[in-house]
Amino acid sequence: MATWEPVIGIEVHVQLDTNSKIFSSTPVAFGREPNESANLVDLAMPGSLPVLNEAAVHKAIKFGLAIDAEIAAVCRFDRKNYFYPDLPKGYQISQLEEPIVGKGRLEVLLDSGETLDVGITRAHLEEDAGKSVHDRFQASSGIDLNRAGTPLLEIVTEPDLRSPSQAAACFRQLHALVTCLEICDGNLQEGSMRCDANISVRPAGQEAFGERTEIKNLNSFRFVESALEYEIDRQIHSLENGQQVARETRLYDSQRHETRPMRGKELSDDYRYFPDPDLLPVRISEELVAKIRATLPELPKQKLDRFLSDYQIPMEAAVRLVQDNHAGRYFESAVGDGAAPTLVCNWMLGDIAAMLNKLNTDFAHIEFASNELVTLLARIEDRTISSKIAKNVFSKAYGTGRTVDEIINSEGLVQITDSDKLEEIIKGVLEANPSQVAQFKAGKPQVAGYLVGQTMRETKGKADPKQVNQILQELLSL
Amino acid sequence: MKPYQSLSQIRSDLNARKTCAVELTQLYLDRIQKYNDQLNCFISVHPEQAFAAARNADQCIRQGISKPLLGIPIAHKDLFCTKGLPTTCGSKMLQNFVSPYDSTVVSNIRNAGAITLGKTNMDEFAMGSSNETSYFGVVANPWDTSRSPGGSSGGSASAVAAGLVPLATGSDTGGSIRQPCGFCGTTGLKPTYGRVSRFGMIAFASSLDQGGPIANSAADCATLLQAMEGYDPRDSTSANVAATNCGDLNRKLKIGLPTHLFKDLDGEIAQNLDTAKAELTYCGHEFVEIELPHSDVASATYYVISGAEASANLSRYDGVRYGHRAESPVDLNDLYRRSRSEGFGAEVKRRILTGTFALSVGYFDAYYLKAQKVRRLIRQDFLDAFESVDLIFTPVTPTTAFELGSLTDNPVEMYQQDLYTIPASLAGLPALSLPCGFKDGLPVNFQLIGRHFDEATILSAAQQYQGRTSWHESHPTIFESSDS
Repeated sequence: MATWEPVIGIEVHVQLDTNSKIFSSTPVAFGREPNESANLVDLAMPGSLPVLNEAAVHKAIKFGLAIDAEIAAVCRFDRKNYFYPDLPKGYQISQLEEPIVGKGRLEVLLDSGETLDVGITRAHLEEDAGKSVHDRFQASSGIDLNRAGTPLLEIVTEPDLRSPSQAAACFRQLHALVTCLEICDGNLQEGSMRCDANISVRPAGQEAFGERTEIKNLNSFRFVESALEYEIDRQIHSLENGQQVARETRLYDSQRHETRPMRGKELSDDYRYFPDPDLLPVRISEELVAKIRATLPELPKQKLDRFLSDYQIPMEAAVRLVQDNHAGRYFESAVGDGAAPTLVCNWMLGDIAAMLNKLNTDFAHIEFASNELVTLLARIEDRTISSKIAKNVFSKAYGTGRTVDEIINSEGLVQITDSDKLEEIIKGVLEANPSQVAQFKAGKPQVAGYLVGQTMRETKGKADPKQVNQILQELLSL
Repeated sequence: MKPYQSLSQIRSDLNARKTCAVELTQLYLDRIQKYNDQLNCFISVHPEQAFAAARNADQCIRQGISKPLLGIPIAHKDLFCTKGLPTTCGSKMLQNFVSPYDSTVVSNIRNAGAITLGKTNMDEFAMGSSNETSYFGVVANPWDTSRSPGGSSGGSASAVAAGLVPLATGSDTGGSIRQPCGFCGTTGLKPTYGRVSRFGMIAFASSLDQGGPIANSAADCATLLQAMEGYDPRDSTSANVAATNCGDLNRKLKIGLPTHLFKDLDGEIAQNLDTAKAELTYCGHEFVEIELPHSDVASATYYVISGAEASANLSRYDGVRYGHRAESPVDLNDLYRRSRSEGFGAEVKRRILTGTFALSVGYFDAYYLKAQKVRRLIRQDFLDAFESVDLIFTPVTPTTAFELGSLTDNPVEMYQQDLYTIPASLAGLPALSLPCGFKDGLPVNFQLIGRHFDEATILSAAQQYQGRTSWHESHPTIFESSDS
């Protein structure tokens, strides 16, 4: 049986973080009452006209420069015609022939620290559609146009990806890049970034691409990976059973872990694109490009190199900190306040990450200030508390607004470091466990572990196990 | 009561306190009430708002405030959005649509002090050359009520010609100001594309649509244009150019004559045009023969481009947010299909279908792209001609006003109505239609086309011409009665 090679390209819709919509002065807002954020233009009132938001153009250029792309000297907007209730004008203003950002390349950092070069075909500006609301009214649907006209940058990659995990890494890299550039808030739950994936399979070694399908609207890194895994299996299964892959658009159902063909309603064979006569071609001067280039921040790859050389942290940790702009900032802020990079990194990717995961949130919304982490690490360092107690303090501090020091003091968690006091406790433990003491003396040193454990229990964890072990060894060797 | 002949007469009576804005409003509303049944120029009339504005204007006048159109009654073509008033675009689709906002043109004119009396009838969505496609019934030509007033600004042209209003706005996509002015013997200007804001003017073909003035003379058109025009940041195609500044013409002009366009022209119309040329020559201007080589394909080009743009512009009328919605749709497609089938008339459907066709896969290059290329050639023809001339002189229409109903079954012949007006539209140039005589009791107009944003030269030359002729002062006698 042939081995199959997947060929994947992704298209990512990035909501640009502008104050107002791309063609109207309405503020872009999430979570407002339906149609509160929709004016004459967004409602497509007769006679209303679009006016391009300059900020959206600037943010698109910023992205283009970050991926070393050609920035169009002149770009143009086209009308993409189709009927749908959440598309008020009956056409979407997009860019077909002359996109603002041309060919570029994206360095995708894999977890291993290796990089994968992915070609960017183009990136263009367009307006988002509104939303149909089906569950609020009986026997009819509602239309909410708050989202209509939100500026989108649609980024299209070359079919350079060869596995679901590469595709997910590419999506994650774009997420890291647009948040680092501060052109998008990166909020996947609110739909600030949505990914469509084009996928085909071909026998390994074959040059020509197989027939492809497109999976639409994947809104998490995990879904990109699992949807593609399913779809690759499905395509291979079809081909191995002598069937064809039909060129179609599919949707991923994460609950049932399968993809299904999308119903035809949002699709049209012919969008009848033509230049929008309401908008003039946009001329982008070299001066503007230079001005925006000067505002480019440190990009993820540069940051990775710096993290590795300045902080001596492991590659995998550095990649994770770089890929999440908010995590990177948290890390640098803690380290800047004097905490040891490795410890900060271990805590962030260990206990803190576990907590965020449990609460289904992220570093952008963390409720434990980096200076509190610095304090916590300092209290371990000066032996006020043990690492074990520190975990306890952290979980008590998270999200409560209580400070680390306040918790340590008010809950009596200060570590027992006084050796006389410890010796007294250990003596008591030895007296209570005569048979283990006998075993130790008979040549079973591993019993010491048990005795340390008993001591830690006695102290409610407030002792340093290393110190306990040391005193114990001394007492037993008497 | 007799209507006024010119803005300057109205102004001098207002200044001399011989009349006031309320009295003027009453005069024209009375005339509308008396004659609109016969002419059907108005889709809606709004006395209450008009009198409120008139009282306000009178107070301003008493306080010595001066504004260019203070106290002057006006009517707006019913595609200019007027806040709180119906704005139907001559369509069943928008029969019950009340605009929540003012178009820039309407608000500019209001700021200039004018008083809106009502909204004028028009071909549905400005598609037509006879005013017969209006959902609100045909408009009659005041010179002969069995004849068409032209279109699509037929209501505005007919109302001005019959003295129901001294000024009206119109819009011109391929001739929709100039041709009805030709049929009704009034003066009307299509400004340079970009001079007058399109914000709030319901779109037919965005790259061609341009609002403009219809009045009794070139001088009055200039005054109204000055109130309408101006850069508008809400219209991306609006041009940031100097205001129109007409004055006395103190130079001799070279006027281009594309003689090849006159070849098939009706003999009597040609004679009228010759008289106008003679008058202009007498003023010292010189006629120079020019060629506009691509004029013969202008109409075909226009119908492809305007249809393509219209097919997208009219997609928003889907029965979802406003406008006509079909009763009890069974599903979404049924809602779309029936709302649009019921809401649009036959001519609008024809344009949407041809436009959709021209943009479709497999036809786009042959129709839309080719039309855009030809459009560039037509524009270049004019730019070349304007290297050596200041104005271009052409007919406005191939015939005088035709009988209502005579062309409704022949769209191609109907489209020939715009033969002489379309080239300037495609080139985005300003063009004025003004009276120069009669044939069998029906008005004949000629057209002066100028350079981009050089409305001043056109209007100045036209004022000079109208200073020596009185065709623009002729009014249809049946509406001259003074029995009230």
